[in-house]
Amino acid sequence: MSASGGGVAWSRRIAGMARSCRGIVRGGTVAWEPAPTCDPRACRRSLPTHGDCPELPLHCLAMRRLWFLFASLLTLAACEEPVNSPYPPGEAGRAVLFSAFSERPKHLDPARSYSETEAVFTQQIYEPPLQYHYLKRPYTLEPLTTVGMPVVTYRDASGNALPELAPAEDIVYTEYEIRLRPGIRYQPHPAFARDAAGQPRYVPLAEQDLAQVERLEDFRETGSRELVAADYVYQIKRLANPRLNSPIFGLMSEYIVGLEDLGKRLQEAVAGLPQSTYLDLDRFPLEGAEVIDTYRYLIRVRGKNLQFLYWLAMPFFAPVPAEAERFYSQPGMAERNLTLDWQPVGTGAFYLAINDPNRRMVLRRNPNYHPDFYPDAGEAGDAEAGLLADAGKPLPFLDEAIYMLERESVPYWTKFLQGYYDMSGISSDTFDQAVRIAPDGQPDLSDDMRARGIGLATAIDTSLWYVGFNMRDPVIGGDTERARLLRQAVSIALNYEQFVSIFLNGRGIPAQGPIPSGIFGYRDGEAGINPVVYRWQADGQGGGRAVRRSIDEAAALLAQAGYPNGRDATTGEPLTLYFDTMASGPDARSRLDWYRKQIEALGVQLIIRDTDYNRFQDKMRKGNAQIFEWGWNADYPDPENFLFLLYGPNQKVERNGENAANYVNAEFDQLVLRMKNMENGPERQEVIDRMVDLVRHDAPWVFAYSPKSFTLRHGWVTPGKPNLMARNLLKYRRLDPAARVAYQARWNRPVLWPLALGALVVFGALLPAVLAYRKRQCAAATPSGDSAC
Amino acid sequence: MLNYFIRRVLYALPILIGVNLLTFMLFFVVNTPDNMARIHLGAKYVTPEAIEKWKVEHGYDRPLLYNAGATGMSKLTDTLFVDKSLALFAFDFGAADDGRDIAREIRHRMWPSLAIALPNFLLGLVAYLSFALVMVFFRASYLDLAGVVLCVALMSVSGLFYIIGGQYLVGKLWHLVPVSGFAPGAEMLKFLLLPVLVGVIGGLGDSSRFYRTLFLEEIHKDYVRTARAKGLSERVVLFRHVLGNAMIPILTGAVVVIPRLFLGSLIVESFFGIPGLGSYTIEAIQAQDFAIVRSMVFLGSVLYIVGLLLTDLSYTLVDPRVRLE
Repeated sequence: MSASGGGVAWSRRIAGMARSCRGIVRGGTVAWEPAPTCDPRACRRSLPTHGDCPELPLHCLAMRRLWFLFASLLTLAACEEPVNSPYPPGEAGRAVLFSAFSERPKHLDPARSYSETEAVFTQQIYEPPLQYHYLKRPYTLEPLTTVGMPVVTYRDASGNALPELAPAEDIVYTEYEIRLRPGIRYQPHPAFARDAAGQPRYVPLAEQDLAQVERLEDFRETGSRELVAADYVYQIKRLANPRLNSPIFGLMSEYIVGLEDLGKRLQEAVAGLPQSTYLDLDRFPLEGAEVIDTYRYLIRVRGKNLQFLYWLAMPFFAPVPAEAERFYSQPGMAERNLTLDWQPVGTGAFYLAINDPNRRMVLRRNPNYHPDFYPDAGEAGDAEAGLLADAGKPLPFLDEAIYMLERESVPYWTKFLQGYYDMSGISSDTFDQAVRIAPDGQPDLSDDMRARGIGLATAIDTSLWYVGFNMRDPVIGGDTERARLLRQAVSIALNYEQFVSIFLNGRGIPAQGPIPSGIFGYRDGEAGINPVVYRWQADGQGGGRAVRRSIDEAAALLAQAGYPNGRDATTGEPLTLYFDTMASGPDARSRLDWYRKQIEALGVQLIIRDTDYNRFQDKMRKGNAQIFEWGWNADYPDPENFLFLLYGPNQKVERNGENAANYVNAEFDQLVLRMKNMENGPERQEVIDRMVDLVRHDAPWVFAYSPKSFTLRHGWVTPGKPNLMARNLLKYRRLDPAARVAYQARWNRPVLWPLALGALVVFGALLPAVLAYRKRQCAAATPSGDSAC
Repeated sequence: MLNYFIRRVLYALPILIGVNLLTFMLFFVVNTPDNMARIHLGAKYVTPEAIEKWKVEHGYDRPLLYNAGATGMSKLTDTLFVDKSLALFAFDFGAADDGRDIAREIRHRMWPSLAIALPNFLLGLVAYLSFALVMVFFRASYLDLAGVVLCVALMSVSGLFYIIGGQYLVGKLWHLVPVSGFAPGAEMLKFLLLPVLVGVIGGLGDSSRFYRTLFLEEIHKDYVRTARAKGLSERVVLFRHVLGNAMIPILTGAVVVIPRLFLGSLIVESFFGIPGLGSYTIEAIQAQDFAIVRSMVFLGSVLYIVGLLLTDLSYTLVDPRVRLE
């Protein structure tokens, strides 16, 4: 090869690389058409060596290398793997969802995990017997691993079956018989591995075997087995295991027969034993959970409890194989973070392939996943919205989901705009960039987002924020008319339409009662307004809107309460109220100022007592707060899950319950018990209406707002339907990796002129310095000071 | 020298006990074990029994500093403080509140911290010393003045600005490096470029000014004049003689931080998504995980003491007159 020939060859190679990596943009959309010669590996080919071109002088070769490097940088602009991609080459082109988590999960054990950040992982891995239908509204439970819904049998004290319509007070036990679908298998896992003799391969584990193990992947052999009813019963017993400290053990002890007693027996059994000693729960029978046969088991709960079915859609009731617990309980495992709390074992659509909460968590498609299909029916409008386009297709659609640790919102948002995250929420900082409010008040995507093909989905959360009044407080609490009118006046004065507009960028709806939108019992329109705070303004066309009562009306209520112009009519002393909050710091300051100003409009002084979370909780437990703000996120879509927050026997101070306002109303309490065991229907709605009327009148809460969630997705992600109750939604997600690759390349072409400019600036700064140095050196070299250089 | 080291190690013991006691008291002044339990058990359905169980499980059911129910020395030793502190001195950090082994986490996370901190430290040191020497070379000229103005300007800007500005320009606008993230192996390089660049530029102002002051002190001394009189070039005078004689204060500031490079930077790691020990500490403080906080504070103290020892040792290397006795 001649010298010139070598140069031409390199030039051709570079030109070929530039040709080979092109996305073709047509009319705002990207059609990715890789040229036949496109070879991404070309971008990573090695530099020429002297051995390749022995004829060339070394300095010449060095120049060529520099030229090659420079040309390579230029061609990177056209390559399909942008240089700023945070992922290894090739990953963007696979059916992988890229997302992020900001807080590392604390627990992945289904008996312990109870937070949203953990549900992102656990609910893709673990399969409780039931799940929420993806599309149907109102939220509907459906079988996940079962044949049909659980068979419910009511029994009296003697164990006799009662008819379905038996009065709730006659029902002593409710039995749920659950039949599993045969053939469901666990993910591959070393706990199931067997040797040639059929014995567990890694139990017991020899010291030398463990010495080679750092991660779960280091166990070379894996196995699987069929899901059986005993696995579900085993997990229910785990809720009582004192070592696990399950957050719902206290609550479930009230429901499941014998669970509290099992907890005591297990406490005695583990006393004095090392933490890692395996506790064989099969030795401890539980009256409330029994295996009937391989595929059937029975759960027995106290009384009539319709809400219990919803708990069967949570991972607390997912199966756990006893082998896994035994495997992880071996000496040396916990020291390597190999525990069921960190390495889940499930039957779900995905399994946790990489568990590195310091950097990334990877969920991978479970090769043993049972047949599961995209639903072929939803609610009205779903077909028109394209939500049934995948009807009947096997799930899941994705091969993997990669969740990167991203603690700060700024880099998260930047990476989303660069196409490196497929979906994103919207923070307050980026709201104006992403969303504009249309003239009709509805949020819409900004032009920039539209140009990028980004889609927006909104949904009203099944959660409620409220400002509570401590009903034990001598000024604002109690059942007196004076206190009630004062609370009503404050309810009007706190203008949550304004709050939502200022602090939430319109992402919320002011609440009219204790039940948020989307939950049975919520009423829309005129029938749903809180008449204490709002009046209905008809538009003359059959519609209308709720209008908040004026501050004058609030002032009138205040005067009626005996505080004209904010002063006690008897003593003449100005009325001072106290607002306790755990929000503190500069970010919360403007919000707290807003509260103060709203109450000052009544002529009443509001003193903010901000504190940290711990002290706030202390105050609430001791009943030392007067007015406070709090919220509740639905565990399940039933009004009972919100109305029990005002149930007298759930008082925070006396019973350490969730009734933070310590509200007590005998009629309301009776209605809670009645409503709790009623099927959804007009009769239940009537009871709920009465309960809502009671709390609107008594005003133990200011019904603040329900947040509205905004989710952005890139154009290559197939639109989905927001489902605020289900968390196992990953299996329904679908995306177009080829389009993603093309968009990423288009949006991330490196800008190289700043490098050249930087080099020029450095050169420009160094040159005078070098010249001055040389001049000074030369001047100093001769006695006359003349230059000797 | 051996005696000197033994004496310094013995001095270190009361310091470590004091630091540990201070950390313990500060943590539990604002936190009670009950509060810690509530944070870890979540906001819903938390019963007093569950709180008690959590405390027993994590050893927080004992009195903090004084056990009135015990007898004899056990009044002091059968306490949470002694129980949690003694193991630390054996470098047994135990498990975090989420059950993960702390020593293992430290072993894993120290490398990403080091990957950022070491190049930052070395490149920074070279850049700051060189820049300071250039300013000294051109002292009392416009170049010197421009350098000082640049230093003051760089010092006046918040460190956070460099991070966000760097991410915006280099990552977001120019698409030259990932905005944040980390990867092991060779892929690490592209994630390190920006945080190292930001770190070096962010420290240029104050460090260069500090070193410039040191060198200006030296530049007028007799040995410098002698070196010039011998006909040495200004480059040799500055880089060999002045730099060599200004080493003691430079080492005082530089060597002491070397062992602590493992501990990483709280803000840089958080913004750039580096899974190092800095972000580990931040997460622990936010989660009120006392086990991690006390381990990291203890480790920081130990490494600081080691750094001081190394500093003393380095004095003997750069100045033969120094003897450790």
